[in-house]
Amino acid sequence: MDTALIQAAYIVAALLFIMSLAGLSKHETARDGNVLGMVGMGIALVATLWLSLRDAAWSAWLLIAVAMVIGAAIGIARARKVEMTGMPELIAMLHSFVGAAAVLVGINTFVATSDLVGVEGEAVHLVEIFLGVFIGAVTFTGSIVAFLKLSARISSKPLMLPARHWLNLAALVVSAGLLVWFVAAHSIVPLLVMTAIALAFGWHLVASIGGGDMPVVVSMLNSYSGWAAAAAGFMLGNDLLIVTGALVGSSGAYLSYIMCKAMNRSFVSVIAGGFGSDGAVFDSDVDYGDHRETNASEVADLLKNASSVVITPGYGMAVAQAQYPVAELTAKLRERGVDVRFGIHPVAGRLPGHMNVLLAEARVPYDIVLEMDEVNDDFPDTDVVLVIGANDTVNPAAAEDPTSPIAGMPVLQVWNAKDVVVFKRSMNAGYAGVQNPLFFRDNSAMLFGDAKERVEDIIKAL
Amino acid sequence: MQIGVPRETRARETRVAATPKTVEQLVGLGYDVAVESGAGERASFSDEAYAAAGARVVTAEEAWGSPIVHQVNAPSDEDIARLRPGTVLVSLMAPAISPDLVERLRAAGVTAMAMDAVPRISRAQSLDVLSSMANIAGYRAVVEAAHEFGSFFTGQVTAAGKVPPAKVLVAGAGVAGLAAIGTARSLGAIVRATDARAEVAEQVESMGADFLAVQMPEVDAAAASSDGYAKEMGEEYNRRAAELYAAQAPDVDIIVTTALIPGRPAPRLITGEMVASMKPGSVIVDMAAANGGNVEGAVADEMVVTDNGVTIIGYTDLAARLPTQASQLYGTNLVNLMKLLTPGKDGELVLDFDDVVQRNMTVARDGELLWPPPAIQVSAAAPVAQTASGTKVVKEPEPPKDPRRRYAGMAIGAVVFGAVAAVSPPSFLGHFTVFALAVVIGYYVIGNVHHALHTPLMSVTNAISGIIVVGALLQLGSAGSVGGTKGVVIMVLGFVAALLASINIFGGFTVTRRMLTMFRKG
Repeated sequence: MDTALIQAAYIVAALLFIMSLAGLSKHETARDGNVLGMVGMGIALVATLWLSLRDAAWSAWLLIAVAMVIGAAIGIARARKVEMTGMPELIAMLHSFVGAAAVLVGINTFVATSDLVGVEGEAVHLVEIFLGVFIGAVTFTGSIVAFLKLSARISSKPLMLPARHWLNLAALVVSAGLLVWFVAAHSIVPLLVMTAIALAFGWHLVASIGGGDMPVVVSMLNSYSGWAAAAAGFMLGNDLLIVTGALVGSSGAYLSYIMCKAMNRSFVSVIAGGFGSDGAVFDSDVDYGDHRETNASEVADLLKNASSVVITPGYGMAVAQAQYPVAELTAKLRERGVDVRFGIHPVAGRLPGHMNVLLAEARVPYDIVLEMDEVNDDFPDTDVVLVIGANDTVNPAAAEDPTSPIAGMPVLQVWNAKDVVVFKRSMNAGYAGVQNPLFFRDNSAMLFGDAKERVEDIIKAL
Repeated sequence: MQIGVPRETRARETRVAATPKTVEQLVGLGYDVAVESGAGERASFSDEAYAAAGARVVTAEEAWGSPIVHQVNAPSDEDIARLRPGTVLVSLMAPAISPDLVERLRAAGVTAMAMDAVPRISRAQSLDVLSSMANIAGYRAVVEAAHEFGSFFTGQVTAAGKVPPAKVLVAGAGVAGLAAIGTARSLGAIVRATDARAEVAEQVESMGADFLAVQMPEVDAAAASSDGYAKEMGEEYNRRAAELYAAQAPDVDIIVTTALIPGRPAPRLITGEMVASMKPGSVIVDMAAANGGNVEGAVADEMVVTDNGVTIIGYTDLAARLPTQASQLYGTNLVNLMKLLTPGKDGELVLDFDDVVQRNMTVARDGELLWPPPAIQVSAAAPVAQTASGTKVVKEPEPPKDPRRRYAGMAIGAVVFGAVAAVSPPSFLGHFTVFALAVVIGYYVIGNVHHALHTPLMSVTNAISGIIVVGALLQLGSAGSVGGTKGVVIMVLGFVAALLASINIFGGFTVTRRMLTMFRKG
């Protein structure tokens, strides 16, 4: 009867997880969704603890209690104090924990069942362990590199090893060979060797992807962490793990797909790494004309006389921590009766939805924060567009110059507005290394300097 | 350089090529603008207003003698005589159907730029006067129809009885057609529209009209033309389209036809029989009357009433009937052209024939005939193929994938899966079923998530993927019964795994909650 009860608890937990994700689809139900997820997790944990500990010694109780209390303390502490600009790092780090846990659980499963030779389905079981450990290891190191890149502890430039595609391929082929050995020999050696290779493979995979592709990488790692959990479910024969892992895995895959579509890149080309690394030549000698510089008080005048303003933030706003002054500016302008809205490109920031979280943190109402497709048609009727720390996502070359490396990428068509003010630190090209003709348009003006200070200057001038 | 804006000499022309507002912009580009006295009179722009905007008000001779001349209509013979050789003349010219005019302009040695030969590419949209004029004409067509129509457009229930809404059929959903749809809709009518290009159905519906498709799916590919205009259709198509119009004619009150293919006689859409089948009091506006008309019985520039009381309006100057608006839009198109031609903003006009827009528009220069221009492909098809293949600079359009390859892939997948399933224990298949279904559920659930919530979504999935703690907990629980070194190993690994997974669970849910409390409605 116990087993049936536990099974029932797992089914309930799985349903709660599904409802939790469904709840997150809308602002109104998102909080309930989170609560449902917590309840599901609580049920699953209670059921598992009962299953695990009904015959166990007190030492097991103690170990589990200590592990979970430490884990909970660390997790809650980190979650409490993380800056919203640091969300991508936190998410990447959490992915790495799932990967590491999957590796440990996988190896542990093998150790615990290593004396069961010749059981029916043994080969399948071993394959499950092998795959689980492989995916877990790739997720682990991949997420660590992503974390390091996002927190700027290592350079976000893509690592360009010679013959890197061949290295990746070799890692896969060798791992496949080790799988055969592992199943045949039933030994821990190939498993550990493969773990080492997979760790290196995961490291290299993410190291060769540039910083601007991070939204894809983070959602891809999210997906991997799910598959790792699902693989663990297979090896333990636990449906709850399988369901949860599959949910997370497919959700991450879907997010990666959305991000790739938003950059007009194929998933494979992002994963294989390196933007424009396939020999494309950027024509940087084109004379775009001169850009026009402006200052805070001029922009303030422009805004005073505007009736509709669209702000298109990018990663630069997060870097400069400018979201608070931007929110203040928004509130000020709205008081004056100016229609202020935000246009968010799907890959703005380093994480899917990153800009939304930052703006929400600064208390910008979410109903004026619009998606690219919602706002793109309105630019011709917009008086002023403020481009804050965005570059490639507002590049007219993507729409107009078929030879541009970013041709065909959907972009925010800010240049159709009457006036465009671009907040930028310097005239350097954006992440894609492509010059942005927007800066040289007649209706564009550049406002150089730290975005936060400049926005504060504008608020003062208002 | 000086831009001359002479008064239009064609009879009944009310528009003018520059307004005080566009004069200001031209002056901003570094040009001197000379407007003939009285040029803007019929479009309600006074000489004083032009002078205030920075133009000089001059005589006809001086305006025509400028090095650059802006006009709305193609010049008459007398006008051409007034042009100096080397002058840049910008106006409507219809070069495809007026070879004589092009020849005379060539002989006069002027640089002639046709505003109606702007290629239909996105970059040139801001100079596309055909679109801006068609927009106005479409609006005016409905206003003219409403003027002649004896009833309301909108339906009403009044104390004096119920009024049904008028039914409007718009043939051709180009710029003019869409403008007509929008206008008729905003007057409250029920609007239906047809077009040979099935892909415009969405645009029609976005304007609030019903799209009546001609039932013939195989023509779609042929109709999606490469130059952005509808093409002439096959016989079978025409027959079916005629059936559609014949069925609609008795039902609707207003018909607006806009079917016009540049440089060709207008296709006959509405026959005399269809007109005869309409209700008395119905109104037809034939916007293609200048090129022969879509409607049998339409007379260019006239309004005729048939024996059964159907009014057919064949005005060809619909855009000019809104002279102020039309002049403003035309003038703005010209300003955009001058921006393109004045890279230095120093009032010096520079023609760059490497630019397809400029090359395409120029029909003659220095005694050399430049019409017709080399063909350019402007349809969306080519860019789409380019976008598909990512970052390469030079791309061939990708050949469509062979469907057989996909079927083969599916077959191989099925065989492999079958082979794996055959050797695996039944429990594996049970788990696999759960797995496959969960993947599908996950895909559909996530597909609905609002873009703004992607970050909270990721942190929640982070938290729930901490469910892997279940594995660690089970192993910890069983470690005691294993004993020995192995038991210790299992214990240590399980402990670390449980710790890491717990960070995920608690951290993930906490941070999600923190984020979600920040989102608030304005």
